Amino acid sequence: MSSPKAKLEINERYCKGCNICVEFCPTKVLEMDLFVVKVAKPEACIACMQCELRCPDFAIKVHKIEE
Amino acid sequence: MAYDYEKSIRPGKLPHIWCPGCGHGIVMKGLIRAMDACELDRKNTAIVSGIGCASRLPGYLDCCTLHTAHGRAAAFATGVKMSKPDMNVIVCGGDGDGTAIGGNHFIHACRRNIDMTYIIMNNFIYGMTGGQFSPCTPTGDKASTTPYGNPDPIFDISKLAIGAGATFVARTTAFHATQIDKLIAEGIKHKGMAIIEVLDDCPTTYGRRNKFRSVTDMMKRLKDIAVPVAAASKMTAEQLEGKVLTGVLYKEELPEYTAQYADVIKKAQGA
Repeated sequence: MSSPKAKLEINERYCKGCNICVEFCPTKVLEMDLFVVKVAKPEACIACMQCELRCPDFAIKVHKIEE
Repeated sequence: MAYDYEKSIRPGKLPHIWCPGCGHGIVMKGLIRAMDACELDRKNTAIVSGIGCASRLPGYLDCCTLHTAHGRAAAFATGVKMSKPDMNVIVCGGDGDGTAIGGNHFIHACRRNIDMTYIIMNNFIYGMTGGQFSPCTPTGDKASTTPYGNPDPIFDISKLAIGAGATFVARTTAFHATQIDKLIAEGIKHKGMAIIEVLDDCPTTYGRRNKFRSVTDMMKRLKDIAVPVAAASKMTAEQLEGKVLTGVLYKEELPEYTAQYADVIKKAQGA
């Protein structure tokens, strides 16, 4: 497995558990845990920014890791 | 790098009140990106809204904001623009607010071609007031006031705006998140009335009555029904059945209202 391309910052106070990020993540990095999203497979992240773009609650920030 | 939305949001306002999965948050993000792309001075930008879920949007943004009576957003925005023609005026509202209760204000603002950008978030229902059917609830769908299905045909907001005389009309959906900010930015740059219709999802009052099992089902439906204007020209009428066109639907350069009005003032003063 290659190294992760980004670090995900999740604001649990903002997340309402709508599941949009989990569904649209192409590499299934995220998972729902009691109506709050959590990072299940951080190493799989390809920094596509889909979760940050689609989150309606401003709860996810994707910090790209510069190589 | 992560996009810095928080510099455009009033401190302490998040988390917002919208339900889990509501697309209004996605539209708000698009609006922030569009305002950044156009480098709008926040002190010279007025965001006006009426009443409804979508009309809560200006309350979160760190701009000049105006939260007005139900359906009257376009009328108040016209007032703002007439008194301060240099101000950037953006109106936010829902389908019920814009086309039912404020239907007349909407069409007359379009007719005058006054320079403002109207973002109309069409979630097919009156969300905040309890899920009553709106003029955009699809025929046959259920709402709290149409438990056996809605018998009414719908308003096509974009066609209504074109017919009423708006000079920039575009449509997108909450699924097409990157298109939202591009169209809003184009609308802001356009001199004249720009209508941006964003098809949205309301999981709480529309989705659960109409057999959408989850938020993402609604998002996928938005993806399925959207057809870009360029692709639609190659499709047959049968293929386009039940689809909606997205992208810039209409664009025209016509004299703008505040400039026309300034000419009238000059004439009246004997220039």
